[in-house]
This record gives sequence, C-alpha cells and structure tokens, in this order.
Amino acid sequence: MEIVAQTVASGVLLGLILALSAAGLTLIWGVMDIVNFAHGDFLMLGMYASFFAWAVLGLDPLLALPGVVAALGLFGVVVYLGVIRPVLRGSVLAQIFATFGLGILLRGVAQFVFTADYRQIGDTMATGSFAVGPVHLGLPQTIAALGALIVSGLLFALLDRTTVGTALRATAEDRSAAELMGIDTRRMFALAWAVGAGCVGAAAGLLAIYFPIFPDVGAVFGLLAFVTVALGGFGSVGGAMLAGVLIGVVTSVAGLIFDPAYKFTVAYLLYLVVLVIRPQGLLGRA
Amino acid sequence: MIRAWLAHLAAVVVIAAACVQPGASPAGEGQPTAAAGVFPKEVAIGAVYPLTGALAPTGVDLKNGIDLAVELINSGRSDIDLPLLKDGGGLRNLGGAKLKVIFADSAGDPAKGQSETERLITSDKVAVMTGAFQSAVTATASQAAERLQVPFVNAESSSPTLVARDFKWFFRSTPDDSMFAENFFQFLDDAAKRFPGQVAKKVVILHTDDLFGSDVNKFVRQFAEKYTYEVVGSVGYKLTAPDLTSEIQRLKASAAPILIEASYLADATLAIRTLKQQDVNFQGVLAMDAGFVDTKFIPNVGKDAEYMLTREVWAKDLGTRKPIVKQVNDLFRSKYGTDMNGSSARAFTGIFVIADAINRARSIDPVKIQEALKQTNIPAPQIVMPWDGIQFDARGQNTKGRGIMVQIQGGEYVTVWPLELASKPLIWPMPEWTKR
Repeated sequence: MEIVAQTVASGVLLGLILALSAAGLTLIWGVMDIVNFAHGDFLMLGMYASFFAWAVLGLDPLLALPGVVAALGLFGVVVYLGVIRPVLRGSVLAQIFATFGLGILLRGVAQFVFTADYRQIGDTMATGSFAVGPVHLGLPQTIAALGALIVSGLLFALLDRTTVGTALRATAEDRSAAELMGIDTRRMFALAWAVGAGCVGAAAGLLAIYFPIFPDVGAVFGLLAFVTVALGGFGSVGGAMLAGVLIGVVTSVAGLIFDPAYKFTVAYLLYLVVLVIRPQGLLGRA
Repeated sequence: MIRAWLAHLAAVVVIAAACVQPGASPAGEGQPTAAAGVFPKEVAIGAVYPLTGALAPTGVDLKNGIDLAVELINSGRSDIDLPLLKDGGGLRNLGGAKLKVIFADSAGDPAKGQSETERLITSDKVAVMTGAFQSAVTATASQAAERLQVPFVNAESSSPTLVARDFKWFFRSTPDDSMFAENFFQFLDDAAKRFPGQVAKKVVILHTDDLFGSDVNKFVRQFAEKYTYEVVGSVGYKLTAPDLTSEIQRLKASAAPILIEASYLADATLAIRTLKQQDVNFQGVLAMDAGFVDTKFIPNVGKDAEYMLTREVWAKDLGTRKPIVKQVNDLFRSKYGTDMNGSSARAFTGIFVIADAINRARSIDPVKIQEALKQTNIPAPQIVMPWDGIQFDARGQNTKGRGIMVQIQGGEYVTVWPLELASKPLIWPMPEWTKR
C-alpha cells in the first residue's frame, strides 16, 4: 500500500510537469492549427537557459524562472515571425517539416555550442526531500509540480478572465469571425507562440531543478507531450492538464505492476484506446 | 626491312619483359603496396562511434582516446613503453606510414552504425574498422565488416554474445560482461572475508532494457548461481524514462541488501537521486561501469556518488603501480582537461592493437592484418590496462583481460579490488542516506 501511495504521488508530480509542457503545445495548436514539432527542443533550450543562469550568474533556478519564461516567450515570437509566418503560405506538409526541421537544427546547434555533456544543476533552494506519512517526496519534484500548477492557473486566468485571452480563444474558435470582430489575428498568433513557448520555458525551468540537461533531453519529454496533447484533446488546455496527470500516474503504476520497461507501452496503449473511443481526446471538441 | 625487323625485336623484348616482371618480384608479395618498399603514406582506419545523440559525451571520450593514441604512434615517444612508440614515428615495417582514423557517427543507432561501416570500407577503403561502444551497434557494424572481409577490432563493447557468432574478422580486446559479472561475485566473496557477517548473499538487479542491460542481467543471474548468491529480483527500465520511482519502489520491495546496476549516465543520475529521496539503502551498490564511470558522473551526482562501487577496466590510481598509466593519463589530461576513463583508455588501447597488427602484417591487405591480429601478443607492461596482456582466442576474444572494482571515495575512483591492486581499503557497508 505504501509502495502504491509512493508511486501514485510521484506519478502525479511528473504528470503536472508533463501537463505544463503540453499546455504550451496545445495552446499553439488550438489558436493556429500548427503542431510545433520542435516543442521538445524548446524545452531543451529553456533547461540550458536555467543551467547557465545558475552556472554563470549564480541564480537559483527558481529565481531565474521568470527570466527563462520571458526568454522562451520571446524566442517563440521570433520563431513565429522568422519561420512560421513565412511557411503559413505553403502547404500543411511544409508547415510540419518547418517545425520538425527547426527542432533538428536546435538540437544540432545545442550540441555544437553547449557540447554533448550532461549538465546538472547542483544544490538549489529546492534540494532535499520530505516525508508525508510513508510517502517520500523529492523537494525539487514537488516544487516543480507546484510551480506547474501555479503557471497553469495563471494560464487559465489569462485565457478565461482577460480580454486578450478572450481574443485568443476567439481566434482559436473561428479565425475569420474574429477578424470581422476587429481582432488582429496575426498578433494573436504571435501571442499564442509567446505564451505557448513561455509555458514550455516554465516547464523547462522547473525540470532543470532536478533533471539532467543535455541536447537530446527534448526527446524524453517531447513525445510524451504530444501524447498528452492528443489524449487530452487538441487545443484543450484543461485536457492537457488532465491527460498529463493521467499519463504520469499510469506510467508509474504500470511500472509497479508490470515490468517497468513496459510502463510507457501501457501509457501509449491507453492513449490509443481513448482515441479509438473518443477521437477528439478526453476534453477536445468533437 | 631492317627497321621492320628491329620493331619486331623491340616488341618481343617488351612482351618478354612484361611476362618476366611478375616472377621477378619477391615470391608471395603480390600486394602492390608491399613491393620494393612502396608503402602508403597513410593507413586509414575507420571508427564508428555515437558522436551525436544521447551517448555523445561517451563518444567524445572514445574519440579523445583514439586521437591521443594516433598522435603518439605517428610522432613516436622514446620515453613511454607502449608498442611501436620507440620506432621514431609511424609504422616502422611500412616505411613509417602514418595512421589516419576516419570517424563516422552512429548516433547510437545500430542501422546507422552498419551503413556507416559499409561506407567507410567501400568508399574510404579503410584497412581496419573499430567501434562502436554500444554492443547493439557493434553487433551490426561488425556484421558489415565480416561480409566485406575487413578486420573489426572492438575495444569497448562488453556483450558476451559478440564473440559467440563464429565471426572470422572480429577481434575484441576488452573483457566481456560475463567475465565482469563473475568479478562481482569474486569481489563479494573477498569482501565477505574481510567483513565477516556483513556481506549478504542476496542481490537485486536494476538494468536498462537494451542489449547491454539485458546481458548484464543474464550473466549476473548465471554467476550468482555458481557463487551461491540469491537474485531476488530484476528490474528493467526504458532508457528514456523521465521518472524512476516505480523502479526504485520495486527495488525497495525486494528487500535485497545488495544492488547490482547497469545504467548509462542520465538514468544512473536519476536512479541515485530517487534512491536518496526515497531513503532506499543498500549495503553496497555494485554498478556495471557505463554511466558510473563517465567523466561527468562524479561532477553531476556530487556527494551522493560516494561509496558507490563500479567494476572498471581502468582507474587513474593504477598509475601508482604502473608508471605508463600515469604517463599516458598526464598527456591525456593536458590535452583534453579531464582524466582518462575506462572508455578512453580502452579505445586508446584498441588503436595500439590495430597498429601493432598492421605493423607486423607489413601490409594493408585485410587478410594479412587478420592473420597478424590472430598472432597478437602484447605483454602486460605495454598496456595501460590492468590486464595480463592481449592475446586473442579462436573466437577473437582477448583471454587475458580482467576487471577491477573501484569505489568512489572523496570524489575519486579508488581501486579496491583485486586486493593486490587496491590503492585504498574498501568501505563496507555504505552509510545510510540519513547518516551521511
């Protein structure tokens, strides 16, 4: 029982981080129907930003977090203006390959500039662990998960409670109608990239507290983010949250019940089953 | 009339000369490069390694080891007692020909490792292949070399299955995981003599689910039986797992006092962090090198790496007993800023095996190099490894290799076994996380 509690708790913590990173992906998709295949590599860049803020400036990753979010948000806008907007005129395939190619480019540049070494942020404000009854929780993971909850809450508030958020949602709903209402959809697109990439930056800054940092780290979380988005429903931020936690818990518990080597197989199976029954995902619009 | 006759005579002389020519060259030296001292200026060796991707840091270590070996052989060093270095630079028997290593990137992918090997052999005409670190990639890359009949010298893949394939062109200088797995239990037996009643006979295994990890699991289980230890569980995991909680919980549930682990760098880091956070303790953690001997392991894991044991093929402190180890490591350190490790030292040694064979073959003909490799006999003092020497059996396996056990003490790898090579005493059991 103790083991199950421990496993579920760790699964939830991981799931919240997954959810935050997937929220950024799903937001961009929702607003402009583009899947950012460079998503995992954005995450990688954010982790390096945290690492260098710590290694060069001596900033604790938690203190550096707002800076990393801003930097990634800015990077998102640059990518939108420099890469995405030009290829919007091309075919859907061109759009897919543009972000896909961008991801490979980022990975290559990262390996060239940062070398392939595994970096690890040393002792931070969030080092250590604590026990809740029989359950041991890592402080870094817990803080990362709490951070994910807070940032997700802010994202919800932005989308639900502000005029800009309403405009974003309107653009996602119906682009031409939004334009007729006087919404500058191009600015909304840029905003979606800024907010989406900023969410990835937040996930990256939180992950960097405890996860090793290397050029390929995006591959570990990238695929899981896509699965999370698809499971939760494309474009649904709430769905991404739900699916993230679900995947975190399912993989952890599956690792306990079956051979851990197959824990992701179980998660992917769940994903396939859900999509067969509900192609739009858990909370997606039909 | 006379002019026509002279022309015929000239033609006959030319033809006769042409016919005589092959017989005039020394018998059996048909290879053009060997005739009359005409040697290539360079001998190309192909090396396929994971230079990009998740294993790229190890790829850099391996490449550094190779680059240093090539530099030493090509320039010569009279003060270091390694093969060929006192010949004044290059391969003496090939007119001082220089070695040139052409690197290719496997990206850690068996299919890519194979196609890159084919390319190096067919396009770059390399005389010998080396690589590929990961056993799964070495398996496919050496298949290509076997088919194209070019020797493949592997210096650092430890899967026992690699020499069980009856290949004629495959040679491996490193000991394999079955030898290393046996070393674990020989070590535990010796530790039990030193710490009576404090070394349990129950182990649990944590391993990656690739060829490396699965083989370790298999051979540890096999030798556990031979040495009468009980394996109470095996936990395999995916290399890309972002969280290892359920894996660590299974280890905890097994209640085994000793952990044997086969992990790479990122996953080893994650596993140790999780062990500490969840306060899971063992008498000893015995790792099968890989991530635990990466140059970034101690810097990344920090204090939590203390007391971990890993089997190794090489350690810096071997230099206290073998002067050439210190000589070579000092060179390596001044060149690359880090100490050598098991990967770079083995790759370094592999190049000497290749160079020595080509030199004795006096040719870049693959058949002659293959023959020379079979006759390899490099004595223990002439290698930077703790082995009894290098000599290949019929399977192509070096029979004189052996492992050592090192323990992380004070942020350094310290040789603690075999006892006659130990530079410091073993610390056993490792202190619990809360008592550090």
